[in-house]
Amino acid sequence: MKTGFSVFLTSLVALGASWFGLVYGPLQQLGGAKQTVILQSTDDWPPQRTGDATLGLQVYRKYGCAACHTEQVRQTGAANELALTSLGVQKAADFKDFMKSMMIVPELMAASNTIIGNLEKWNGNLPVTLYSGDDSSVVSTLADKLKPIGLKTEARLVTQGADIARGWGLRQSVAADYLYDAPVQLGSLRAGPDLTMIGARHPDLAWQWQHLYAPRSEVPDSTMPATRFLFEVRHKVGGQASADALSLKPEFAPAQDFEVVPTAEARQLAAYLVSLKASAPLYEAPFTPVTAAK
Amino acid sequence: MNTDASKSPCTSEIDASCRVPLLALFGGAALWLVLGLVLGLAAAMSFHKPDLFANCPCLSFGHAQAAANDLLLYGFALPAALGVTLWIFARLSQAPLALPIVPVVAAHLWHVGVLLGTAAILLGDSSGHAWLEYPRAASALLMAAFVLVAVSAVATMGFRADRELYPSHWFLFAALLWFAWAYSSANIFLLSGHPPRGVVQAIIGWWLANNLIFVCLALLGLGIAFYFLPKFAGQPLAGSGYTLFAFLTLVLFGAWCGIPQGAPVPAWLPTVSAFAALLSVLPILAVSVVAWQTVRGAGFACAGGPFCFVRFGTLSFVLTAILYISEFCPRYSRVLEFTWFGFAVTQWQLLGFMGMILVGAIYHILPLVMGKELPQPKLAKLNFYLFAAGVLLYVVPLLIGGLEQGLKLRDPKIAFAQASGAALPFLRASSVGQFLLLLGSLCLLLNILVMTIQWKLGLVKTVIAAVLAPLPLPAVSPRGDQGEVKS
Repeated sequence: MKTGFSVFLTSLVALGASWFGLVYGPLQQLGGAKQTVILQSTDDWPPQRTGDATLGLQVYRKYGCAACHTEQVRQTGAANELALTSLGVQKAADFKDFMKSMMIVPELMAASNTIIGNLEKWNGNLPVTLYSGDDSSVVSTLADKLKPIGLKTEARLVTQGADIARGWGLRQSVAADYLYDAPVQLGSLRAGPDLTMIGARHPDLAWQWQHLYAPRSEVPDSTMPATRFLFEVRHKVGGQASADALSLKPEFAPAQDFEVVPTAEARQLAAYLVSLKASAPLYEAPFTPVTAAK
Repeated sequence: MNTDASKSPCTSEIDASCRVPLLALFGGAALWLVLGLVLGLAAAMSFHKPDLFANCPCLSFGHAQAAANDLLLYGFALPAALGVTLWIFARLSQAPLALPIVPVVAAHLWHVGVLLGTAAILLGDSSGHAWLEYPRAASALLMAAFVLVAVSAVATMGFRADRELYPSHWFLFAALLWFAWAYSSANIFLLSGHPPRGVVQAIIGWWLANNLIFVCLALLGLGIAFYFLPKFAGQPLAGSGYTLFAFLTLVLFGAWCGIPQGAPVPAWLPTVSAFAALLSVLPILAVSVVAWQTVRGAGFACAGGPFCFVRFGTLSFVLTAILYISEFCPRYSRVLEFTWFGFAVTQWQLLGFMGMILVGAIYHILPLVMGKELPQPKLAKLNFYLFAAGVLLYVVPLLIGGLEQGLKLRDPKIAFAQASGAALPFLRASSVGQFLLLLGSLCLLLNILVMTIQWKLGLVKTVIAAVLAPLPLPAVSPRGDQGEVKS
């Protein structure tokens, strides 16, 4: 580092390398991304937002909602699960004995303790999870052995993690989920809950409005600031409430003769929130949708 | 650096050449620091009383916190650091500031940009990308101003009498390039009419945030610290090999951190960042060795003076850098991500590391460039104690609260409200720290303001004195003499 030029060159190479790696590289890899196909379906993912929901993203940006809310779900792993859904003509006790006799099959030996343990805990109700773990060969072997004797099983890929257990998502968030978002609002702080699936948890626009107007009317221990500036408190016209007027609990309601109606921004924001449903299994984030279980 | 005294200008001339540009940069920076801390406090109020701003969108957490963060980075840290850089370059070059009018113009452009950007965020025109909230016009102003200051700084560096570079040169010169490239590149990609698709926006945002807040601030802060620590300690900068090693490893590895471990991006990106974060331990170790060896056995008690500030700031660099890179360790990130922990580390970086070093440097430089003592030296000392207590009371509760929140969030059996509520008492306690920081920043603003007013009054007095002074007429000779001359 004797001359200014050598400092310049060093910095140029160092920063240039990171620029190529972390800016140019992702641009090449993801910059031209297109919709992907949902697993075991012909539908495309993600769906394009329309109307109010598109505008709602800009309201979300405008009021800095991402300062407290994330839109990204983490997953710690996934398990291959095999559940018994029907015993057919067999009896439960016979089935247990049959399973114990099967544990000498080489593919099942490593998992035998788990499987027997699950059976011991079984109270006789169906469906029952026979196996849940990393090894997909256990699931396929077991399913193959049980099918010929008339037992019905269902193999599922189950996602794991605290975020998923909280119901914030069905699977981890992946790059494809944000294809149409501009700006992408991933967020970095969970002062409030994750919103990746808020549209699935609360699909009702009226709920969203009431929650935005008075968060504690819907979630008593919420710390969310009320966004009353998104609503208009006005005189009831002719003593009649408007169709969109919020039906608030007495302690949050305005005075008699007054009603609270959402402004255009509140409608857009709520429409956007309701549109947030990262619910499709993808190639890079597979899982078996729960609706498929019988 | 011993050049012929007759050729090289004396130190006071060099200092005087920096007076106007530095006053413009520091004055605005101090004002933005106060405003940033006020807005930060306003943002925190949302957690004391959630419905406080229910009818006032301007000051809601989403607006106020973003504006406060940007004010601390773009309003305070960067212009103040640029001012200190100009002065250090002039001093190291043993030459007066080159093109002194350019940074004055730049300072005004910069402050107008910050004003525009802050107003835009508060009014809801933020771009929605963290650390890039300012709209296009404001970013363009900042960029133009930055280039102007950089031109003056590089020209001053080019005129140096002694061709050998001092370590501060490496760090500060690299920082100029760093900001210019990172900020312009991210703005062009994200704020242009056609931003890249999907999650690439977030990746570019993380790259920028890392390169500004971790690398660029580290380069600026360490460049300044490596100038002042030896000066105050009265001993040379220890271990030049370590310093070079710290510089090289910081720019090589630090620049690759920044992608959060849980990010919904292709897995190679967070993996690269985790590896880079691991390697970034090297510059932190090297910096600690250099700083420790330099100040060890210093024969100078700091007593609340600039030395205290710079020492506190350097120690903060080491601690914040360790906490920062720990966020990229996959194991810890599962707990720390999405909590107040990362927020606390950023605030510590901005206020405890950069803020401390800069305020110390300003208190040292200001009397020199103005040619007179600080008007309120006691307030300057008080500023140190307020800042030190403020940073600790602000950051430490948030770090603990974030950890607590993270551990509870990991357990799905604990309800979310309980997990986020676990951080609330800590969050509320941290407002005390914010308040102390605000008081400290007022000390700085007051000192700069009084100095500026005194200086401007002095200028006016000089002008008035010049106007009122009797004209220096040529001595009128008696009539007789004239006659003699004529004849």
